[in-house]
Amino acid sequence: MLTLAHFLTLGAVLFAISVAGIFINRKNVLILLMCIELMLLAVNMNFVAFSRFLDVMDGQVFVFFILTVAAAEAAIGLAILVVLFRNRRSISVDDIADLKG
Amino acid sequence: MPIIEIVFYLFSLVLIASALSVVTVGNPVYAVLFLVLAFFSAACLWILLHAEFLAIVLVLVYVGAVMVLFLFVVMMLDVNVSPGSEGFTRYLPAGVLVAFAMAVQMFLVIWTRGMETVPMPEPKEEGYSHTRELGELLYTDYLYAFEIAAVLLLVAIIAAILLTHRKRPETKHQDPSRQVKVRREDRVRLVKMKSEGEER
Repeated sequence: MLTLAHFLTLGAVLFAISVAGIFINRKNVLILLMCIELMLLAVNMNFVAFSRFLDVMDGQVFVFFILTVAAAEAAIGLAILVVLFRNRRSISVDDIADLKG
Repeated sequence: MPIIEIVFYLFSLVLIASALSVVTVGNPVYAVLFLVLAFFSAACLWILLHAEFLAIVLVLVYVGAVMVLFLFVVMMLDVNVSPGSEGFTRYLPAGVLVAFAMAVQMFLVIWTRGMETVPMPEPKEEGYSHTRELGELLYTDYLYAFEIAAVLLLVAIIAAILLTHRKRPETKHQDPSRQVKVRREDRVRLVKMKSEGEER
């Protein structure tokens, strides 16, 4: 029988995979952005699962807003990447170490 | 095993496999395509959870617009792909360790708090529309949040255009503020001269 725990486990696995992805791909900004999208998807999965199992629609409204914010974030992040590439001919994280942090 | 469980396990398997591929494949183009597959499987799972509107929005808006934008940028930027770069093997142990620890913690919370005893509620009667319910909630209780989200999207549009807009000095273009500022004296010059007929 499918229970709430099944869907929450799926969300947890997705979130853990994307956290590992941020560690693994820390040289590539593009894949870092994709890992953030995957993280938001994991969170949305939890919201939708709770909304269905507790029979409250508000969870889906939250997913709606998270999708909006994620779309805005992706658009601005990619725009920043394009400007960065235009100025430096590279988007490697190693080349953007001017502040020596 | 009922069909709903088969569907759940099938799409979860595809979702997790494609998510793993996104983080390990290295090539951004393949990563975007695997991300599309992940979003698509997630949309199917959401339909299983009776979130039809959000599933369609995920496919249309997310796969159709955001992922295509990703693909455009990946192909436009011409990033040199170096599979198996030094970062992969160097940070793999730390990443797996942190992810494993987080997953174990979340499993402990999920499977010891009685969430495995929450059954799926019975489906609503025929003709019940979850989309209508969502719309009614969105346009009443969450109206201000909805409008703020619209403003947020507008700000994102303006920011994205402003960031990527490039001033080219050689192009000819109109300057509306200078056009509006122009006065009659700048353009019209009255010249007094004798009419040609008088000279005869």
